[in-house]
Amino acid sequence: MAEEPLIYARGLVKRFGEFTAVDGIDVAVERGEAFGFLGPNGAGKSSTMRMISCVSAPTAGELRILGMDPVRDGVAIRGRLGVCPQLDNLDADLSVFENLTTYARYFGLSRAEARRRAGELLEFVQLADRSAGKVEPLSGGMKRRLTIARAMVNDPEIMLLDEPTTGLDPQARHLLWERLYQLKQRGVTLVLTTHYMDEAEQLCDRLVVMDGGRIVAEGSPRELISRYSTPEVVELRFADGVDVAAKLDGVGERVDPLPDRLLVYARDGDAAVAEVHRRGLAPSSVLVRRSTLEDVFLHLTGRTLVE
Amino acid sequence: MTVMVAGRAVRRGISAGRVGAVVNRNVGALRSGPAYWLVLLSGFFEPLLYLLSIGVGVGALVGMVPVGGRMVDYAVFVAPAMLAVSAMSGALAETTFNVFWKFKYAKTYDAVLATPVRPVEIALGELTWALVRCLFYTVMFLVVMVVLGLTSAGGALAAFPATALVGVAFGATGMAISTFLRGWQDFDLLTTGQFTLFLFSGTFSPVQDYPVVFEVIVTLTPLYHAVELVRGLAVGPLGWTLLVHAAYLVVMAVCGLWVASRRIEKLLLV
Amino acid sequence: MASTAVMSTVAVLERHLTLYRRLFWASALSSFVLPVLFLVSIGLGVGGYVGDLDGVSYLQWIVPGVMASTAFQMALGETTFPVLGDFKWTRGYHAMRATPVRIGDMIAGQVLFLMVRVLPQTVVFLLVVLLFGGLRSWWSVVTPLVCAAVVVASALPVMGYAARIDNDGYFALLFRFVMIPMTLFAGVFFPVAQMPVAAQVVAWVSPLWHGVELCRAATLGVAPPWPIWAHVLCLLAWSAGGAWFAMRGFARRLAV
Repeated sequence: MAEEPLIYARGLVKRFGEFTAVDGIDVAVERGEAFGFLGPNGAGKSSTMRMISCVSAPTAGELRILGMDPVRDGVAIRGRLGVCPQLDNLDADLSVFENLTTYARYFGLSRAEARRRAGELLEFVQLADRSAGKVEPLSGGMKRRLTIARAMVNDPEIMLLDEPTTGLDPQARHLLWERLYQLKQRGVTLVLTTHYMDEAEQLCDRLVVMDGGRIVAEGSPRELISRYSTPEVVELRFADGVDVAAKLDGVGERVDPLPDRLLVYARDGDAAVAEVHRRGLAPSSVLVRRSTLEDVFLHLTGRTLVE
Repeated sequence: MTVMVAGRAVRRGISAGRVGAVVNRNVGALRSGPAYWLVLLSGFFEPLLYLLSIGVGVGALVGMVPVGGRMVDYAVFVAPAMLAVSAMSGALAETTFNVFWKFKYAKTYDAVLATPVRPVEIALGELTWALVRCLFYTVMFLVVMVVLGLTSAGGALAAFPATALVGVAFGATGMAISTFLRGWQDFDLLTTGQFTLFLFSGTFSPVQDYPVVFEVIVTLTPLYHAVELVRGLAVGPLGWTLLVHAAYLVVMAVCGLWVASRRIEKLLLV
Repeated sequence: MASTAVMSTVAVLERHLTLYRRLFWASALSSFVLPVLFLVSIGLGVGGYVGDLDGVSYLQWIVPGVMASTAFQMALGETTFPVLGDFKWTRGYHAMRATPVRIGDMIAGQVLFLMVRVLPQTVVFLLVVLLFGGLRSWWSVVTPLVCAAVVVASALPVMGYAARIDNDGYFALLFRFVMIPMTLFAGVFFPVAQMPVAAQVVAWVSPLWHGVELCRAATLGVAPPWPIWAHVLCLLAWSAGGAWFAMRGFARRLAV
């Protein structure tokens, strides 16, 4: 018999008054997976995360976490979750180390155990040298790593990460991704929201694309790309405002005109470029690249993801 | 006493740790919030409440106290002191708290100094605003004193410029002090100092009652001179000693302003 | 389940104590020194003109008032900016909310912390006024408990208030229209019986007045104006109502 999914939602709805933030979604996350909610701001990702982290009750539908009911068994479930919120809520007046020990006590760890865990985790997120220091002077990336270390203090089975790398510089993001990958290797189930395509592709085994409170697609990053896009994409820019879209009819499998450029979806990008030139068109710039989730999202919703 | 008891609680909370950006937002919110005008107005009720409680309430138990050789009602004795304290607190609140904030977090002065404005002009500008707020409170308080029969209209008119001098003296000193503050926790010390002055400057009982050593110490502190000056003008008796009190406050204002502008210069032009 | 609640409450208490350790010296002045200065200025200074009140010296008469109002002010100071800050700036309650700590534990832990603050504060004050000859009865030993009750009865409603506001300007209104009038007109400095009846009724409603009268009955060794059970009941009513108000406020603010 297969193990029950760690997170199981059926027809899950969250309404705030008249506004429906989450509009009947079905999700199942298995143990050991890295699962992503991808979508633009306001898609309902954070509301879904808050329901999963048992701080906000579903308006309708079924939700089970670790086989339990989040409303009735919230305390027991939260004891086995690690939550890394979108807004840092570290204690600015406590030291880096005290932030972890204080938080560990909320989970009922003994003082000695809390100190031991804190030491280990600071090593893991590479903040051991800042242990006695204050939180305030830490960089954004360090604070986020500390928040992740804090979320791990109870050795959680599921780690919930809401926009883990939003606002971080590229170097800090890569360091964070590397740590999260290690966590996954240890068997921790990761559930994250993001509006970054590269993040979803880097971290997620499986993801759902959300838009307007609904799930519009589901699968692994590769599946989604092969289902909703082509292996390669050609980005073309033209100098003047001439309507070239009509002249590109039949090039590649599909052409998507954007305000500033044209996207040609093709199995073979170079062949498509050759075809463009053969038709006598002279784009001012040509870029052949691999297809990404960004293209999937564009195809599914007709909108670009990062505003 | 615009601050005093409440001020203690407020500062306790702030020093309880919302530093940096947090305090920035904190003070920003206070200044722009929907309640700001209500808060500003309510600042006037505080000295009034003190007057009613200590002056009238405790006054009913006290009866008469001596002022310059004649006996007056306790409320008459306390009211000018509350007025002086109100001028002090109004000026200090504006110059310490707000100047410190602009210095440390808003960096307002860096921008201002990029223009031809000189440090002493910044100091004077801040002082002017502090004085406006301070006089706003003292005028209303004087009206209440006249209505309650605690001073004459003439006494009120005479005391009014004295409260302005008190405001300038404490405002200038407060500004100088704020350039030395290291962080919000220092506000606790400042408030404690302010509260101690409030309690022991001949405010609630005549300084002649204090033990002699204590009395001598008190006569060196600024609020004592402010209280004596305002009380002398509002209640009497008039005398040459009032000039001594006024001179003390003038010297204090000049020194405060000099130190403040020197410090602003030093801190900003490095 | 019960043991989880105790553990969580203790964890919340520890967090406040860890924070407080850094601020102890700054707060020691206002906790321990200012009340004594206050007593010297008003009790001794003004007291010299008052003579006896209810058959005791004015100093002895206001000792319990200063004691209870110091506790009251500490309670308000600790439940205004710090509580709003943990909702708005540091988001400490949100951090707790993601753990097994429940809303009741958050509030209970914080109130427990206030007990750790008020008890030493009151005991030190008692010892100091003992030297001044400010106490007249062995019943004085119960005053720390009365002050603790005042703290609970005033801290809980204020926590509920802090949970419902978004702009800290509203605290200035609370201080000026509630805290200061209460401190000034709840029988701390002069008997409420001196005031017009309408003002007396307001004093009767305030938790501070009941605390002041119980403390005064204890330090002077006399009977309070109302039966003891009636004073205690009023403090309990404020505590129970305040607990409900705070729980609702926290739950609503953390649910979104």
